[in-house]
Amino acid sequence: MNYRMMAYILGNIMQVEGALMGISALMAVYFAEIGELKAFLLTIALLVVLGTFMKWKVPKNRRIYGREGFVVVALSWVVMSFFGALPFYFSGAIEGLMNCWFETVSGFTTTGATILSEVESLPSSILFWRSFTHWIGGMGILVFVLAIMPLADERSMHLMKAEAPGPVVSKLVPKIKSTAKILYGIYIALTIIEAIFLFAGGMPLFDSVAHAVSTAGTGGFSVKNSSIAAYDSPYFEYVITVFMLLFSINFNLFYLLLIRDFKAVFKNEELRYYLIIVGFSTLVITANIYHLYPTLESAFRHSVFQVATVTSTTGFITANYEYWPELSKTILIVLTMLGACGGSTGGGIKISRFIILLKLCLREVRHIVHPRAVNIIKLEGQKLNEETIQGTTGYFITYILLLFGSFILVSLDNYDFVTSITAVITALGNVGPGLSMVGPVENFGFFSGFAKLVLSLDMLFGRLEIFPMIMLFSPSIWRRD
Amino acid sequence: MKIVIVGDGKVGSTIAKQLSTEGHDIIVIDSNPRALAGSGNTMDVICLEGNGCTVTMQQEAGVPDSDLLIAATSADEVNLLCCLLGKKLGARHTIARVRNPEYYAQMNLLKEELGLSMAVNPESAAAQEVSRLLRFPSALKIEPFARGRVELVELKIPENSVLAGMPLWAIYKEFQVKILVCAVQREEEVTIPSGDFVLHAGDKINITAEHIEIEKFFRILGLFRNRVRSVMIIGGGRLAYYLAKELVAIRARVKIIEMDLERCEYLSEMLPEAVIIHADGTDREVLQEEGLEKTDALVTLTGMDEENIVVGLYAKAKKVPKVVAKVNKISFHEIFDHMDIDSFISPKTIAANNIVRYVRAMQNSVGSSNVETLHRLINDQVEAVEFKVWEPSDVVGIPLKDLKIKKNLLLATIIRQGKIIIPGGNDVIQVGDHVIVVTSGKPLGDLMEILK
Repeated sequence: MNYRMMAYILGNIMQVEGALMGISALMAVYFAEIGELKAFLLTIALLVVLGTFMKWKVPKNRRIYGREGFVVVALSWVVMSFFGALPFYFSGAIEGLMNCWFETVSGFTTTGATILSEVESLPSSILFWRSFTHWIGGMGILVFVLAIMPLADERSMHLMKAEAPGPVVSKLVPKIKSTAKILYGIYIALTIIEAIFLFAGGMPLFDSVAHAVSTAGTGGFSVKNSSIAAYDSPYFEYVITVFMLLFSINFNLFYLLLIRDFKAVFKNEELRYYLIIVGFSTLVITANIYHLYPTLESAFRHSVFQVATVTSTTGFITANYEYWPELSKTILIVLTMLGACGGSTGGGIKISRFIILLKLCLREVRHIVHPRAVNIIKLEGQKLNEETIQGTTGYFITYILLLFGSFILVSLDNYDFVTSITAVITALGNVGPGLSMVGPVENFGFFSGFAKLVLSLDMLFGRLEIFPMIMLFSPSIWRRD
Repeated sequence: MKIVIVGDGKVGSTIAKQLSTEGHDIIVIDSNPRALAGSGNTMDVICLEGNGCTVTMQQEAGVPDSDLLIAATSADEVNLLCCLLGKKLGARHTIARVRNPEYYAQMNLLKEELGLSMAVNPESAAAQEVSRLLRFPSALKIEPFARGRVELVELKIPENSVLAGMPLWAIYKEFQVKILVCAVQREEEVTIPSGDFVLHAGDKINITAEHIEIEKFFRILGLFRNRVRSVMIIGGGRLAYYLAKELVAIRARVKIIEMDLERCEYLSEMLPEAVIIHADGTDREVLQEEGLEKTDALVTLTGMDEENIVVGLYAKAKKVPKVVAKVNKISFHEIFDHMDIDSFISPKTIAANNIVRYVRAMQNSVGSSNVETLHRLINDQVEAVEFKVWEPSDVVGIPLKDLKIKKNLLLATIIRQGKIIIPGGNDVIQVGDHVIVVTSGKPLGDLMEILK
């Protein structure tokens, strides 16, 4: 293990986090929030000083391998969440360190589960930082660092692989730095476009920006207590629905659109499956809840918004689907587990993994019928190698085990079955709302400190796709040899 | 520049690595996913799996708008077909690796017909390098500049040498030879020395000068040896064939030991002047019987790096004056310095260097100077580049002492109308000069880049 290089990367990340926090500090200056400004400046100072200290000595040996990549990514997310929580703590906006940590992890992992029941009274700069963590975590801070500075010689791919979601991570252009720049370029452009759309529709500027960064990361923190429902505006709901869906499809497709390769976009298998799933779920739920709403349009609007919010793993809400029929609720929970497309900012198991697993099932059936037949599995028109298939099944199994393990630990709090299991599902999938006591209009504040810790770790497991975090806890990694 | 490389073997991956560290956008195509996985993890390149010789694959890799296509698969025919396709699709330049002597001989015709920019033959290039070494066996390595007018030679300072403990500025005063020490390797450390640098016994030094001066210098040091008259070659592959051809031309006696009978017959037919022995070259009885102890030089060129090294070491133990071993796969350069073998050669590195040189020259065809020759020294840590100055620029016409030149960089030689100048502070670079620059820093693409 190249510890020095790991420290160097961590140092870089801390400094970048400090710089990003500077935006919130400027907001505090603008809104004249002295106490919050102090909290931000203190945290920034800590980040910069510690960061500089850690990258004091530029390592001679910059070589990192897969395991260093995994561990450093997991570590940086833990470190980042810890320091990200400090402004909440120092300013006293949120009570208790564990609550601050939960809220920040929920922010960076773009979960959007909150322990706060009242957010509107929070100072603006704190509210903005809370939403902005979604934006930072959405595309990934390491990808950001890779875009702006040279880190580890040619082997930085290990870092990107560990942080970027999806079963196969591919570069858009040969240079990793240019790839990271293109991804962030698309990300920033889409965020700005959404903010403009919201602002043009009459949302206050601050709210537009906060909701845009929150949607971009597919997070779900709102600056209103009742989320998007507070505006009671079909226009906002449609705009946000569209952008939630946009941010939950593979970013490579936007690049293909930019270079005018429309054919490749239309032929994209994952996108087709995703649209079919979204379309079908919306239809079923609309029919299922039609009798609850005055018009077909409003039933459709609420249905498509809620479907988009859980498949994109955002977690905004416009309707309390706790009171919807069981079928609709069940569909939404299944979608919560499925999640978005690979290579997007969304979480969950990912549509592409679901497709692979589905094809694997079909192959098993075919194998029983024709035991001697040679069956290959194709994705996007290309043969998948056994390694990727194995990785996918391994991922799925670990996901389920983790789900059960966390479920048991959370049930120590002695809340009802639905509350505990949906809390874990929503945390692992980085979505936000669950059902029952953690339903769309509820919050996570009532859980014990231990349950909050378990759930926050689940969020990190979910965002980093499990294995980097497991590496962090595996003793074989930390042994000297 | 955007460069597509077909074939991720030894040569392909070496080129990809060098070109990607120089900042080019590289796309590698190969049909072997394992080789690609290795490259994808260690280099900043895109890897595509598939047959690079198909239109669909080349289109996916973006050959139509690429600057260069390099075909380096193991089959010559595939490489040529690949380049033909690439050229038709719109690649600006194409380079093919062609190893078969029969194809290589008709390359001039093929090049024109296929629109090839360059054909690379690693074995032939390596043979030329070995033949240079055997013509001047005192040196560990010889690299020619300006069509051979200036040479860059590597040597090791022996124990009790007159050079040990001598600062560089004293060399001319002491011996009146016009040489320039341009790079020194001590242990693992590489230095581009200044005049005050003091040499130690055991240092490996690189010097540039005219051939006559170098010979004079070696005579003074007592290291001079005449060119070899008899050479024994173990392994009769393509490299051995090319080498034997070169050696026969300078009237050296050549003996090739090869295990495969059919190959022996072929060699015997193609090289009537050489003695072809059908035997196992790693057998000590065979070596002794064929007169290992009396030969001037031994060159080991089998397909196994390990055998080449072991037989080379054995020959050194039997006091063969000059031993050259081929190492193509093993990448532990660090231990080579500690071995008693005089020189190592690696065809894939030589081929890669040739291509890198071509790419650099291509890149600054619009610049004010052109890369004419490029050599990498001391395990690729130092680069010696020869520029031809085309037109006036910021470095032309100003005394060198007034130029702000980068650290770890040395202007080694200026060649003006065939005359060799070892530059001092008052010399100037003129249009039309060839300038040789030695640096351990960033790779140079243009002479302007020597400035801070």
